Amino acid sequence: MVDPVLRVERVSKRFPGVHALREVDFELRPGEVHALVGENGAGKSTLIKVVTGVYQADAGVVRYRGEPVSFASPLDAQRAGISTIYQEVNLIPLMSVARNLFLNREPRRFGLVDGARMRREAEEILRDYGVEVNVARPLRSLGLGARQMVAIARAVRVSTSAARVVVMDEPTSSLEQREVETLFGVVERLRAAGIAIVYVSHRLDELYRICDRVTVMRDGRVVHTSPMADIDRLTLISLMLGRDVEQLRREGTTAFRAHHSGDQLDDGVPVLRAQGLTSRHRIQDVSLRVRRREVVGLGGLLGAGRSETAKAVVGALRTDAGSVEIDGRRVRRNSTAAAIRAGAVMLPEDRKSEGIIPNLSVRENIVLAALPRVSRAGLVDRAKQDEIVRYFMDRLKIRASGPDQKVSELSGGNQQKVMLARWLCLNPKVLLLDEPTRGIDVGAKAEVQAVIDELAADGLAVVLISSDLEELIEGSDRVIVLKEGRQVGELTGADVTESVLMSTLAGAPSGVDRDGAADDH
Amino acid sequence: MTTETSAAAGFDRDRLTAALQDYGVYAAIVVLLAVNTALAPRFLSLENLRVQLFQAVPVLVVALGMALVIGTEGIDLSVGAVIAIAAALIPLYLGYGPWPAVAVALVGGAASGLVGGGLVAFARVQPIVATLALMIGLRGLAVILNGATAKPVNDPQIGGLGLDSWLGVPEMAWLAVVLVAVVAFLVRRTTFGRQLTAIGDNRAASALAGLPVRRVLLTVYVISGVLAAFAGVLIVGHGGYADPANYGLYYELSAITAVVVGGTPLSGGKVRVLGTAAGALFMQLITATLIQHDVKSSYEQMVEAVIIVAAVYAARGRAGR
Repeated sequence: MVDPVLRVERVSKRFPGVHALREVDFELRPGEVHALVGENGAGKSTLIKVVTGVYQADAGVVRYRGEPVSFASPLDAQRAGISTIYQEVNLIPLMSVARNLFLNREPRRFGLVDGARMRREAEEILRDYGVEVNVARPLRSLGLGARQMVAIARAVRVSTSAARVVVMDEPTSSLEQREVETLFGVVERLRAAGIAIVYVSHRLDELYRICDRVTVMRDGRVVHTSPMADIDRLTLISLMLGRDVEQLRREGTTAFRAHHSGDQLDDGVPVLRAQGLTSRHRIQDVSLRVRRREVVGLGGLLGAGRSETAKAVVGALRTDAGSVEIDGRRVRRNSTAAAIRAGAVMLPEDRKSEGIIPNLSVRENIVLAALPRVSRAGLVDRAKQDEIVRYFMDRLKIRASGPDQKVSELSGGNQQKVMLARWLCLNPKVLLLDEPTRGIDVGAKAEVQAVIDELAADGLAVVLISSDLEELIEGSDRVIVLKEGRQVGELTGADVTESVLMSTLAGAPSGVDRDGAADDH
Repeated sequence: MTTETSAAAGFDRDRLTAALQDYGVYAAIVVLLAVNTALAPRFLSLENLRVQLFQAVPVLVVALGMALVIGTEGIDLSVGAVIAIAAALIPLYLGYGPWPAVAVALVGGAASGLVGGGLVAFARVQPIVATLALMIGLRGLAVILNGATAKPVNDPQIGGLGLDSWLGVPEMAWLAVVLVAVVAFLVRRTTFGRQLTAIGDNRAASALAGLPVRRVLLTVYVISGVLAAFAGVLIVGHGGYADPANYGLYYELSAITAVVVGGTPLSGGKVRVLGTAAGALFMQLITATLIQHDVKSSYEQMVEAVIIVAAVYAARGRAGR
């Protein structure tokens, strides 16, 4: 058997009040892709940070290529050959793509940066990753997915000279399917070159596709290590959650119950009726009808116009044409305030930049949109406010040290629940959810899904966007499929399955030639 | 064992730094008062404290408005020029009586704020650019309105603003207390205050949450303009002259310094009202201390520069968290 390139032996790490790692053992072999899974707070990030020199272990030994090591900083670890691709895209938005790719390692000529060579090489490198862009343009002009690819290319580039270990922390969270495939290609290349990869992801499909072995962590401990093929999905999830396999088998892996029955229960008058929504270059003539007690999914790939449709409905995306009616009443266009008053609210996809107000407390974040309703003559009614906050922290099981805690200090799942509370306390009629469970741990994910279910049962009209197919299919009563900003199909009843969705996406003609009609341009 | 103690020590140091950032300005005031009193016992005399107070209040008034603007992640460089506008308007309308003249000055401040706030909120011009343009333009306008030479303003009512005492305390002090209380109440207890900090912390998210972003921004700049004009009234009253070419010069910088020293981050999302008031007093005490020891005003400016850098440096850790 091959000697492990990295070996963590009985490592412990404490923070004030938290025992983040308890005598953790972990072993990484050259040329393997090793999945590291667990709920948020299980200790994955801490383990990675100990290995990459961000933290130092309190006890235990980290052996790298047989020698005990203690990296003083990430740079130190990188020099030794361990590089990391972080979840947060760690690049400089205003610098050019090429500069970002070569940052700190620019090709030089006469002591100056050789711009031409840098751009040429950057183009070549990125082409390998399926990214065809003008590398002289600033990074921020790229989409999120392309940016993530640049980050990966950069980390791999740093490594290939000397690297033996590459850590990928949720590398696919902002990639679309095609880009994910490219990434997997890169992973294969690294594996073939004998580089060991630690792969952290919440997406089980990916793990089963590309990982060789898996280590499961829970509460700061390693609870399982085995070849990926030796463990089935349910067992894996039950290990992560610390729950019984049989129970999971009965109830399914998502927290959605049977489909709702919007069709029979209502007389057919939709709560939300959006017609012909059009916003140049983004969406073309998209229409939506959602009844009470109904969850309508929006299917499609990244860039298909799903988020844009949701944003157009709540007035956050400027539309050139189209109308939105809530309960039969027309809503003023391009005004989020008007949409909110009418009862349509949206949970944005990018929680960090469009959702939470990071430095305000949980309490202030929850009542933010409801401020006019908890105020009298411009003064905040504290009793009313605290009652609402208490109710929703309880109902959604928001875990915080108290309503005064800064929202940025909460885990992703709890931040998402705060966002949900912000909207639910307005008593909305239509709830649009854009990736409601992205990047949150399995436990919180199940809780959020259960809440969505309950809300729909209580009479809300829900629009669900999710790139987690299982979630989209199990959660939706109908799915409207978008492609290139146009509606290309609708799945109803027994057709709401992954395979029909896939074939609709694959088979549908591209939006432009649809119906053969001459479209305006 | 050892690791735990060192972790605890690190934790304490963090808390110490945080406490220093939050309350350092109050400690600094106490220290300055103590040092000055030790060197010259006369410093604590009622007469001198009264002088200090009268000089600190205009900066304090301007700084309160500035704190609100900075809370929205903005900045208002036009306040000094608004003081000049107020100074230019008063002699023009003094013929209608002192109070109409003051009212016109305040309206002038509101109008200036409306222009600056309009540029920021509706035209989405960056606050620093919008108010810089306003700062230059308004100063010119003030000089045009008034002429290049200073005009005497011999009105006993404007001149006597705040000079009387109530319960043994000069009205100027009451005025400062009331203004601080009102602004603190505005920030902490009203919807407007909440919306203001939310917008400063994350404008995109606030807009998506349906907050009236433009209205709040506009209002904040109007408040800043009115407060600056009010400071202008006080300055004209006590000076006995209207001198738009020179009044209010560098006031924007003093106000920003007071706000920053008081612990309000320039990155927005938080307003420390009491800290701002303390910051204004602190700046005045520094000036007084230096004057006391016959330090030239050019050195005084250099000291001020050092304080700004030190305050922003101290705030740096907090912003990064």
